[in-house]
Amino acid sequence: MRIDHAIIENWVKPNTRVLDLGCGDGTLLKNLQQSKAVHGYGLEINSENILRCVANGVNIVEQNIDEGLSNFDDQSFDTVIMSQTIQTMQHPDKTLLEMLRVGKECIVTFPNFGHWRARFSIGIWGQMPVSEHLPFEWFSTPNIHFCTFRDFDVLCKALHLNVLNREVVCRRSVSQLLQYWHPNLFGETALYRLVKA
Amino acid sequence: MSNALPEDSVGIVTCKTISFDEPLRLACGRVLKQYELMIETYGTLNAAKDNAILICHALSGDHHAAGKYHPDDKKPGWWDHYIGPGKPMDTNKFFIVSINNLGGCHGSTGPASINPENNEPWGADFPNLRVRDWVNTQVRVSDYLEIEQWAAVVGGSLGGMQAMRWSLEYPERLRHCIVIASAMKLTAQNIAFNETARRAIIADPKFCDGNYLAHQTIPKDGLSVARMIGHITYLSGGGMGEKFGRDLRSGSFKQGIEEPVEFQIESYLRYKGESFSKTFDANTYILMTRALDYFDLAREYDHDPARAFSHALCKFLVISFTSDWRFAPERSQEIVNAMIKADQDVVYAEIESDYGHDAFLVPNQTRYIDLFSAYMNKIEVRS
Repeated sequence: MRIDHAIIENWVKPNTRVLDLGCGDGTLLKNLQQSKAVHGYGLEINSENILRCVANGVNIVEQNIDEGLSNFDDQSFDTVIMSQTIQTMQHPDKTLLEMLRVGKECIVTFPNFGHWRARFSIGIWGQMPVSEHLPFEWFSTPNIHFCTFRDFDVLCKALHLNVLNREVVCRRSVSQLLQYWHPNLFGETALYRLVKA
Repeated sequence: MSNALPEDSVGIVTCKTISFDEPLRLACGRVLKQYELMIETYGTLNAAKDNAILICHALSGDHHAAGKYHPDDKKPGWWDHYIGPGKPMDTNKFFIVSINNLGGCHGSTGPASINPENNEPWGADFPNLRVRDWVNTQVRVSDYLEIEQWAAVVGGSLGGMQAMRWSLEYPERLRHCIVIASAMKLTAQNIAFNETARRAIIADPKFCDGNYLAHQTIPKDGLSVARMIGHITYLSGGGMGEKFGRDLRSGSFKQGIEEPVEFQIESYLRYKGESFSKTFDANTYILMTRALDYFDLAREYDHDPARAFSHALCKFLVISFTSDWRFAPERSQEIVNAMIKADQDVVYAEIESDYGHDAFLVPNQTRYIDLFSAYMNKIEVRS
């Protein structure tokens, strides 16, 4: 199982209502259904992913999150998850606030643009980073709002959000040690669990 | 051209009439002492009797949903592209039941049938029906076929309304509810179209207040116009433009020559209207459009759709089509929002299509087929 998924599973309480924004093929929701008996819904716009969600047996609703979540009532979910998607949103700040209107708490994960390899690419090579982790060229990337951990911390403070948990993960073992020393430099993926202050 | 049916066809089918003697109390308060329903089935009911699918038809549909009665039939049943071996409603897996609704005009008791009380055609005296009346008669068909629980109840448009009503009124009797291009209630604009169509029929002098059969006539012109109005609204503006544009069927606009001009779309609509008016009963058309207008899923649930859906025990698949303006995607989104609020399991997809409301019947729409098939594949049945 993906490390970030394992961390999210730890944070989600059993038998709760979960909304997964940009749920991909529904793997996370399926795991949460099995391990935590959550009642979950995924939102997705990619037709291939929607098809895979159906095959995975999860609830899936075709909906563009950029157009808002106004169809969901206040506090109607225990947890609203957005995994590796916030950097693709038109208005990440508004999305975050919407997530915490609809959900009692939210979990957000995103690729850390402050990772040393991204810095190396821009700082030394003078080019936008393209990696296994971020495999898109600048002109075709869906990722339009990159940020670093530090940026995200600043945003949370500005929006008066409380960080309940914060984790960083990366795949390389060396970095796994270094990320504790300097998460903004060595963490590849950031995971935040947030509530309204 | 060969008359052989394609391999993925259900093949040659037959229909049969079932007679019911137990009186049926209708939503309008009247009682039908006896009635007949015409049904057709495809595939085989398994030993566990848990692989049955009920098809609910829309406004102009009937029991003949798939296959042909004779190899020479021009057209197969109305949902043939989606019912058959390897198709979304796969007859290798499912036993499919299709019923001509009460009030219909293709074999089931309806306004054109003889009223046993006076041996005259029912005509205008046939009771007004609601969607719940159809569901109640479909329940009796289920009992007749000894199907305790449907694997799925499936319907498009007005059929989707029946499928949803099933999920609320008989929650234990279905495991899946499939609602395609439908709505929880019609909009004012939608009712307006239906009323315009009805007026076209009623204004036809041959309508005779609905008792045209007793007068040995048929309001063909009125019914034809009604169908033309309907047909326009079942297509999208874009789709119609693409198919017909401003192409002429005859005549020209050459200056100096006075000749009648006919656009392709005029001729097409007229053909559609005329052929429909030969096979459909005007009173049934009025009855069906009224049932559409009257339907309001949450009326008996304090007008709270989420409260309504909280009674359901099945899982839902909801599908809409982008260019459908008669049953727009917004209507399906309302359904889905209510289901989520009621904590029901639901899959919702909005299929990109240029075919308007009719899209749910149109073949070769890859995404629609894939999604429909993927959902049906997940439905568990014993062998």
